[in-house]
Amino acid sequence: MIHGALAVYDASRMNWFDKIMPSRIKTERRSRSVPEGLWQKCTQCGAQLYRSEVERNQFVCPKCSHHIRIGARERLELFLDPDSGREVADKLSPTDPLKFKDSKRYRDRITQAQRDTGESDALIAMTGLLKGQPVMVTAFEFRYMGGSMGSVVGEKFARAAGFSRDNQMPLISFSASGGARMQEALFSLMQMAKTSAALASLADARVPYVSVLTDPTTGGVSASLAMLGDVNVAEPNALIGFAGPRVIEQTVRETLPEGFQRSEFLLEHGAIDMIVDRRELRDEIAQLLAKLMKKPEPAESAAPAAAT
Amino acid sequence: MEQKFLDFEQPIAELEAKIDELRFVGDDSEVNINDEIERLKTKSKSLTRSIFADLDPWQIAQLARHPSRPYALDYLKIISPDFQELHGDRMYADDPALIGGPGRLDGRPVMFIGHQKGRDTKERVHRNYGMPKPEGYRKALRLMAMAEKFRLPVITLIDTPGAYPGVGAEERGQSEAIARNLFRMAQLNTPIISVVIGEGGSGGALAIGVADRVVMLQYSVYSVISPEGCASILWKSAEHAAEAAEAMGITAPRLRELSLVDEVLPEPLGGAHRDLDAMAQTLQNALITHLRELEVLDPPELLRRRSERLAGFGRFKEN
Repeated sequence: MIHGALAVYDASRMNWFDKIMPSRIKTERRSRSVPEGLWQKCTQCGAQLYRSEVERNQFVCPKCSHHIRIGARERLELFLDPDSGREVADKLSPTDPLKFKDSKRYRDRITQAQRDTGESDALIAMTGLLKGQPVMVTAFEFRYMGGSMGSVVGEKFARAAGFSRDNQMPLISFSASGGARMQEALFSLMQMAKTSAALASLADARVPYVSVLTDPTTGGVSASLAMLGDVNVAEPNALIGFAGPRVIEQTVRETLPEGFQRSEFLLEHGAIDMIVDRRELRDEIAQLLAKLMKKPEPAESAAPAAAT
Repeated sequence: MEQKFLDFEQPIAELEAKIDELRFVGDDSEVNINDEIERLKTKSKSLTRSIFADLDPWQIAQLARHPSRPYALDYLKIISPDFQELHGDRMYADDPALIGGPGRLDGRPVMFIGHQKGRDTKERVHRNYGMPKPEGYRKALRLMAMAEKFRLPVITLIDTPGAYPGVGAEERGQSEAIARNLFRMAQLNTPIISVVIGEGGSGGALAIGVADRVVMLQYSVYSVISPEGCASILWKSAEHAAEAAEAMGITAPRLRELSLVDEVLPEPLGGAHRDLDAMAQTLQNALITHLRELEVLDPPELLRRRSERLAGFGRFKEN
């Protein structure tokens, strides 16, 4: 790679010392989950884009408005007021209760995912400010085993919801997940019940919950916490559904229509409230929450971190 | 009814065929072959016992899907003869893959809800192989809300390969339908008991499976994804289903060990289908016992325990 020397941090170029060091000891965290480099190609329109321009545009393609998938940390950084985020429940890490092994051991998959993402599991939770208002936000890290939900994700989400309830602080969730994590088998399935129960308790306390569905949100995550928002929002053209398109194609034995299970399809069928451009999410959600919480119109201040 | 045997039951099938043959010639034969029949019957029983003593999870999955396995309505006929089926979600349709309505259990009115599979080809198609669509889950929710209103305990019988993965189901919000049930059941103000009687297939099962007590029949299975599905994703081939079944720990005793279910109900020798009446009796007794224990709790205590139970699911480290 020509621009390799300019890369701030490149996982494929880790030196021998990084490789032998157990991932849990490492304190360094990658702050960018999109590969570094000066140029980036839009996966939708193929345009060659200047990386810093893409970043300034919140990882939305300036040519075709395609919403490029982003990591959990970028997501939280973009969404919250600058430097307001404080991570919660960050001491949780996965175990392997079933000693699960397929072609690879689950333990090894965990180690690999932790090394690749710098995260202990596939969900990050933070408290912070949204246009000056305290909020709790959770975000899935899709690169960590497909953002799959196992015990840690469920526990972290439940704690975030509990914290929201106890502090009367709205909860916003950004989902990006293939569903339940097979390697934790029935423990994973039960996380659907656990997260939904936490949201029921939050609803009881009349604290708003906004679910933002991003590309892709399917399976057990879609069939639990992601569809339970007081308001369900989706980013444009995100794949959202219960069964994945391939499974459905096998069932119905025909090719699925263009746009099936995309955000626009869900809006049309009444499953979500609105589709919001990533660059408008802060405004739209802040306004919405202010109304539901009977607070004055949020101030226009506090621009997102990346734009400052 | 003619017995159907699974692959691993072939030795038993051969013996049973021989017994039938002998019975057929029995009457007009000079030699007394009753002794021989009795001898073979005993042998068949001990053979069944030895085969069933050592079943692997994949064999158990096949038993859970056995074509003669009793389904929800088979049990209801016995444990609640006055069960009245109610239909429809009041929004779109009636889903025959999911049935429900009030019935009496030992004299006590309760709301029964269950997945329902079909016995012959025509009925299987009609019941969509026990795979509900959103309207099925919404019917279940409607009946649960009714149960809450009239303070009837809810008893659910789980037996589904999973929620239906089809175009219409997606259009009508399969995800939301399942999620909404999980959300409501977490705080439904009446006792809930769930019994996995056959296949506990993922979210499609859980959508009527959030409960104060979860019970499994001995040869039922409960899993996050079917062994075939898991194998085709993680092993890249459905041929590895047996390994996937083993790895996921889908059987009742294993899940009891992991504290994910509360009780395992023993099945008659050879499986529930060999003696429906005995199985129904065991099921009824278990339901009555659990119901008695739950009914003495006052509602806030019941809900507190349920919350605690749901919050306690999962294994993780914290450092």
